Amino acid sequence: MPKSLPHTERDAIVKEALRSLDSPARRLFLKRSLGLGGLALLTGCDLTDSQGVESALASISRFNDRAQAWLFDPERLAPTYPESMITRPFPFNAYYSEDRVPQVDGGSFRLEVTGLVADKHAWSLAELGALPQTDQITRHICVEGWSAIGRWGGVPFSLFLRRVGADLSAKYVGFKCIDDYYTSIDMPTALHPQTLLTLTYDGKTLPPRYGFPMKLRMPTKLGYKNPKHIQAVFVTNNYPGGYWEDQGYNWFGGS
Amino acid sequence: MSEIEPAGRVKIHPMWVRLTHWINALAVLIMVTSGWRIYNASPLFDFRFANDITLGGWLAGAIQWHFAAMWLLAANGLLYLLLNVAGGRLWHKFLPLSPRSFYADLKAALHGRLSHADPRRYNSVQRAAYLFVMLDILLLVLSGLVLWKSVQFPLLRELLGGYEIARYLHFFAMAGLVVFVAVHLVMVALVPRTLLTMIRGR
Repeated sequence: MPKSLPHTERDAIVKEALRSLDSPARRLFLKRSLGLGGLALLTGCDLTDSQGVESALASISRFNDRAQAWLFDPERLAPTYPESMITRPFPFNAYYSEDRVPQVDGGSFRLEVTGLVADKHAWSLAELGALPQTDQITRHICVEGWSAIGRWGGVPFSLFLRRVGADLSAKYVGFKCIDDYYTSIDMPTALHPQTLLTLTYDGKTLPPRYGFPMKLRMPTKLGYKNPKHIQAVFVTNNYPGGYWEDQGYNWFGGS
Repeated sequence: MSEIEPAGRVKIHPMWVRLTHWINALAVLIMVTSGWRIYNASPLFDFRFANDITLGGWLAGAIQWHFAAMWLLAANGLLYLLLNVAGGRLWHKFLPLSPRSFYADLKAALHGRLSHADPRRYNSVQRAAYLFVMLDILLLVLSGLVLWKSVQFPLLRELLGGYEIARYLHFFAMAGLVVFVAVHLVMVALVPRTLLTMIRGR
């Protein structure tokens, strides 16, 4: 045997180790210090990439969806602001740069309405403009932390959903957008009094950079939950996900 | 584990204090490092935290960590406060505290003359520091609630001055917590025995 300790010496070491371990305090100390090492490991970057941690975090995010749905008060209104507090210019924000904003022909545009609705006819902008309109000055909060105050006008979304005979007991309302963005929201938020199918920004037709022909504006949700350039609305009980949500952003995304 | 104390050995930290302390340490570590990554997405000031010392890999990952560890921080903190209040420990460990005794102890500490003869009794600087960190974490939780759910907690939002002010409060409370941890670790390095008592209880 290469380089092994003489028997007597080895026995002495083992005996000494056993004696140390015999003291409950020491045993506990060893156990705890290992525990601390484990804590330090937990924050290591390599663990972030591991499947187990990722799926645990994803299930907590789904738990947080339920917690937020429980916290959400359908009657509670987001604060509104005076015109003087509007952020000018209101920031442009999308998953692409401003030069790639889609240009849509409003005359030929039709909004598709599908899924659990009674009336599946496609809406022209003129028809939507003939529905009762309202406007509001609210704070847009981005998931990144920044916020900006803007003024949006349009059709209360709950009125629109009732008008198309949507199944209001369905779980989700999903959106498909002209810029290939997609997202979905919970029905209680869809029916919230401040949720607007907006057609205007600051009193003028919604400009392309803010989502022409229409944007769903919810002051009770983070920015990425507010789809722009909406092409289709659908009511469903099957979880539709979303562009950012499918990459790990929280689905409920409410504030 | 036996709670019977061997002769000559005095129990300083009960098991629940040690457990909640280390769970809190883990929660704070996750909250602060993931919070730095979230800060980097839209910095309030003219600097960012080095990505290498942040947790989460990108904004969505950092948010997942932050909003997972918040439950640990809140539940553990609540348990700590409840046990502290219920047993009266909060009052006899951290109070009384007067500005005069604080400055006297601070002066003694800076001259290296503060006695640590009885580790069961906190001096005034320790009392102030531990009370500060309790209130600071409370402010972090409350301002965090305003950032997370500004619509659902209107009273809290208005008390803290609105969403944008709450962002600054959350940041400065984090900075206060980091300073506390730095001083805390220096003190532990200077009096290493305190680390053992927080692990073994004695």
